[in-house]
Amino acid sequence: MNELQFLTWTRGPGLDIAVGIFLLGVLWRLIEIYTLGRKKDLAAPRHTAGASGLHTVFRRSLPPPGMLKRSPVSYIGGYIFHIGLAIIVFLGAPHILLIKNLVGLSWPALPSQFIGLAAVVTMAAMVVMLADRINKPVKRFLSTFEDWFTWAVTFLPVLTGWMATQHLLLPYTQMLALHILSAEILLVVLPFSKLFHGFTLFGSRWYNGRVNGHKGVPV
Amino acid sequence: MSASLEKGIHALKEVIDAPIASYFESCVHCGLCAEACLFYTETGDPKYTPIHKLEPLRRVYEQEYTLLGRLKKVVGLSKLVTDAELDQWQELVYDSCTMCGRCSLVCPVGNDIVYMVRKFREGMAVSGHVPDGIRSATKRTVELGGPMGLKWPAVANVLKHVQENTGLTVPVDQEGAEYLVLLSSMEIVNYPEYIEAIAKIFHKAGISFTLASDAYEATNAGIQIGSSDLAKVIVSRIVDAAEKLKVKNVLSPECGHAYMAIRWEGPNLVGRPFGFKVVHVLELLDELRQKGVLKMKDKLKDPLILHDPCQIVRRGGVLQAPEPLIQQVAENYIPIADKQKLNWCCGGGGGASAIHTEEAEALRAKAFRIKKRQIEEAGVDTMVTFCANCRITIEEGFDHYEMNTKLLGLTELLAEHLEA
Repeated sequence: MNELQFLTWTRGPGLDIAVGIFLLGVLWRLIEIYTLGRKKDLAAPRHTAGASGLHTVFRRSLPPPGMLKRSPVSYIGGYIFHIGLAIIVFLGAPHILLIKNLVGLSWPALPSQFIGLAAVVTMAAMVVMLADRINKPVKRFLSTFEDWFTWAVTFLPVLTGWMATQHLLLPYTQMLALHILSAEILLVVLPFSKLFHGFTLFGSRWYNGRVNGHKGVPV
Repeated sequence: MSASLEKGIHALKEVIDAPIASYFESCVHCGLCAEACLFYTETGDPKYTPIHKLEPLRRVYEQEYTLLGRLKKVVGLSKLVTDAELDQWQELVYDSCTMCGRCSLVCPVGNDIVYMVRKFREGMAVSGHVPDGIRSATKRTVELGGPMGLKWPAVANVLKHVQENTGLTVPVDQEGAEYLVLLSSMEIVNYPEYIEAIAKIFHKAGISFTLASDAYEATNAGIQIGSSDLAKVIVSRIVDAAEKLKVKNVLSPECGHAYMAIRWEGPNLVGRPFGFKVVHVLELLDELRQKGVLKMKDKLKDPLILHDPCQIVRRGGVLQAPEPLIQQVAENYIPIADKQKLNWCCGGGGGASAIHTEEAEALRAKAFRIKKRQIEEAGVDTMVTFCANCRITIEEGFDHYEMNTKLLGLTELLAEHLEA
């Protein structure tokens, strides 16, 4: 397989397989998790303004009082790389084109220089987060193979995409093929790893908000 | 696999529900929950990270409820939960977790970690991995009526003294009273002033109340040990008495876990909603304050801070009553930074104060440093709280660090300054 054939494969069958596994995986995991159900709370509820599942879904996006000071790297680094990833994935012109080809929807893109800058900032934040995971006793203690693996799986598409657009190291076609392949690996890994928090965190926040909201505590 | 371990794993499988599955799937190992846990902040030991305390439960979830986990189990790639492991986890689930729930307030993906600890304890209890202190407290509650082994004659004796001291009658087993008053053994033994305070306030407000000779104990060690079966037996006494006496309300004492047991877990343990209301004593006092019945003859002048008991405030939802009440009776109340639902635990909740091993006591003393710091930073010599168990733990902390801080119970303080 030469590099053009490789690129063609990643854009064709490779993409179909990855998207297929991703979609079925997400569906399967959501069913697996949420059909477990939960018991009805029979205690008489207490009603307090701001105490509900939906409130917590939004409220938890901000650090609770005192927490930013205790773990600034987690919060600031976390915000930067999550927002950076979202900008790159959803506002980069080639990505919008891909989404348009897949589902028919499209929207205006940001200039490619801006996306390039976002990629650099995102990678920097991710490297800082990785260093924090290595340095901080709690994070290092909690870390398993999955934590390092998912970090790499998330980092590689950003790195290869940025390198392709900057024409670094490898010819554009090769780097582009690697970029697409790395993104496909990310898609396949996502439903079956901690990256799935991108889906379940809404449910988790909602349950927490609801269970405590029943007691009248906005959490 | 031992029979008890098998039962324990079965219990864990039973308690896993959609919230727990969602929580485990959401965890990204960010470690922020550690920053909310006093056992971590005061020791710096990563093993006290709240989510780590649930590792055996997580693996049971993965191995039993996820496709990949089941596949791994079939081919022998998964690490099964063992007795030795649960034994090792006992310290993490009981000694170093007071079920204060502060971690559940900070997790960025929204995990309600304390919800999972409560459920995890079900499996720990069934498999026999429970600290002796909590086990014997539970046994005494089931067999004798209370965690300290107090029986009714002893309670009746205390009530006699209360009547002598106050000159007020304390009705017992009176049908149709508005409130059935529950107590905690701690109050009966160590703080009978609480009972005097309640008698004074009820008489002043003209509200009828009664005690029940077969249901005076509100605390529920069954919940702390993590056994819903035993917790149900204990809570049913109160439900039966309240229904027999046809009271409108059941008054929970200051004690935090008692309130949690009767107000929030109670109906779920007996499997039906209650026909009576469960009211925390501070809720009643605040209602009386708003009605203008709770007038003070004078105020305490000492600068003081408030310790909000976790199970009443953060986990119980009695959020608004404490501050107006303390302001009602104290001239120099100083609000601290981490107050109300963000309070730091005393270190002795969730049954921890009943564990008397050397290690557990040393750990509690370390964890108490956070309260010590709060008191020192506020620069006060007085702290007020409203939970008998917090009071015992805090007094122990004061003794340990040879502090001269005064600790007062809110209800008693109010009663003491009540207009005659």
